[in-house]
Amino acid sequence: MSLSVVEEKINAGEPLNFNDAKTVLESNNLIKIGEIARRVKFKKSSNKVYFVLNKHINYTNICVSKCKFCAFYRNGDEKDAYIMSVDEIVDEIAKVPKGIKEVHIVGGLHPTKDFSYYIDMIKAIRENFPDIDIKAFTAVEIDYFSKISTMSYSEVLKSLKDAGLNSMPGGGAEVFSQRVREKLYPNKIPYEKWSEVHKIAHSYGIPTNATLLFGHIETDDEIINHLLKLRNLQDESKGFLCFIPLSFHPDNTPLGLTIKKVDAVRELKILALSRLVLNNFPHIKAYWVMLSPKIGQIGLHFGADDIDGTIDVERITHAAGAKSPLGMAKDNMIHLIKNAGFVPIERDALYNELEIFQ
Amino acid sequence: MKEIYKKVEKFERINKEEGLRLLADGDFLKLGELANRIRFKKHPKREVTFILDTNINYTNVCSIKCSFCAFYRDKGADDAYTLSIDELVLKVKEAELKGVETALIQGGLNDDIPYDYYIDMVRELSKSNVHVHAFSPPEIDLMGKISGKSIKEVFEDLKNAGLNTMPGGGAEILSERVRKKISPKKIDSDRWIDIMREAHKQNIKTTATMMFGHIENEEDIVEHLSRIRKLQDETKGFSAFIAWDFKKENNKLGKMVSKNTTGIDYLRLLAFSRIFLDNFDNIQASWASQGQDVGEVALHFGANDMGSMLVEENVMRQAGFRASSSVNAIAQLIKKAGFQPVLRTTKYEKIKYL
Repeated sequence: MSLSVVEEKINAGEPLNFNDAKTVLESNNLIKIGEIARRVKFKKSSNKVYFVLNKHINYTNICVSKCKFCAFYRNGDEKDAYIMSVDEIVDEIAKVPKGIKEVHIVGGLHPTKDFSYYIDMIKAIRENFPDIDIKAFTAVEIDYFSKISTMSYSEVLKSLKDAGLNSMPGGGAEVFSQRVREKLYPNKIPYEKWSEVHKIAHSYGIPTNATLLFGHIETDDEIINHLLKLRNLQDESKGFLCFIPLSFHPDNTPLGLTIKKVDAVRELKILALSRLVLNNFPHIKAYWVMLSPKIGQIGLHFGADDIDGTIDVERITHAAGAKSPLGMAKDNMIHLIKNAGFVPIERDALYNELEIFQ
Repeated sequence: MKEIYKKVEKFERINKEEGLRLLADGDFLKLGELANRIRFKKHPKREVTFILDTNINYTNVCSIKCSFCAFYRDKGADDAYTLSIDELVLKVKEAELKGVETALIQGGLNDDIPYDYYIDMVRELSKSNVHVHAFSPPEIDLMGKISGKSIKEVFEDLKNAGLNTMPGGGAEILSERVRKKISPKKIDSDRWIDIMREAHKQNIKTTATMMFGHIENEEDIVEHLSRIRKLQDETKGFSAFIAWDFKKENNKLGKMVSKNTTGIDYLRLLAFSRIFLDNFDNIQASWASQGQDVGEVALHFGANDMGSMLVEENVMRQAGFRASSSVNAIAQLIKKAGFQPVLRTTKYEKIKYL
């Protein structure tokens, strides 16, 4: 099989199948892969590249899930274990220079907090910052809230939406493979539950993202199956805005002794493959925190049309040894996009276009 | 632009005007694709070479004080140094124990060093099994001045002492507009070219370098590449071209440059140099200046060589392990990019498949 078959299908607007995806991953023609993926990107979003002025909040690092790939979690009795009060969260958002459009909230599965804490958190942010998009909680957290509140997914999501949440991140997907799950994150919800949460969110008009964590023990086949599952799910529920491939950072994790961080050529290939397979996803993100600003920028020519945001202070990937800066200035973000030959578009969490930087 | 692309696809030479358009407005991935075509025509095998070497700077005293340099010191400075021949011999012996192939030796322009020092250095160091890859045109110029000898005679002396390759440093940007601003006391472009011509005439192979990402524009870059391409037509004496981006910290020029070079800036330039320098065999990816990530990607933008795996000069015996593990790291990187890593000599002879 050669890339020309893939190229013909893409030009004809046909979806790629498992074998096509395999051809892409096995090809050494990196430039050609990028070129085909970029063609799809141009069709979807012309010469635009999106970014957002945002702030990350990680409300706690105490987590009962204890995934083997994670360097961020604490058991609770360590010196650096923390949980933020609702007031602290509001203060931290208020400290960011004015103009942020999105707050991105994810945290550990805290052993003792009631569901009311999460509702209060969203309510307080909504009251204090009425114009900011609240993109909060992964499907894993939603599942956990359902357990601690003995409410259904629907009830949990409805309460959060009523409190002010208006979109959800795509984390906690990792790799939808039972084999990998048993080895690395046995306490985390499987695909069936992850997808159910997202489907219900979509049915309530809460758009979400989706992710893939790659570069650990997963196989090519598992990556491809992950993408195909997401494509089918999107066909059904249509609520995914953006897909973000996340490269695993091994430092300070139990896997760090045996696994090195995935290389840049692989990162660019997976980015391009995502754009090619997920033909029904509006956006693909080159997440600069994990890719580094340099490779993130190059990723814009490999199918990505989004580079994420200013972030302020990133904690999770940096706990696992990320060498990228903790946040990025707006000017620098605009420069990276323009320097790559694209038009920077400032967006909100829902991809409404707020400002064009010609 | 399409006509320029077609010309390159047919392996025809592009002129300066075409080069300027291609560098300024050529599509990023198209540049990569064209550079790859030329790379695979010149090197059909999916192999990437690199060298294990050490970098020794015999003095940091320098009279020309270039604005981009953070290394130079004045004669009387507390941390000014000049190594004796014995110290250099010891350093090269240490490198030899680590299995180093080549010692890249350069220094500041220190007027107090006598001519014999350079000749003795080459003679003594050439007694080891480590290849001596030394000096650059500004140093050769200085040797001429202090000895009253012609450049031809200086090279004859160095060659008799054992020198047969020379690095291509001191070129920076071969455009007088830029040189007057960043290195006014350094030899001019014509002199740099003349010294390289003489080296090549005496069968001393050299590389050619370029330092970009400061105050130069695209015309300056094309001018630089055009000059070395012309000399290469004449002499065939350049073994490789190496571009690295200017680093802003701890120097005067850094204050005049606002933005850092991006990965895309670097890859565009690398691909363009592969296309424009149609008479150069080897184009190096400068992972040391760009980081391993961009270095790896560069192998898909026309580079066929990964440059040096530098062994730290001040790390002693225990560094044996470090060196070999680093060789492994570079070899792994090349493999992950989809190529076969091969250790080479300074003259690009393949030594070992990894």
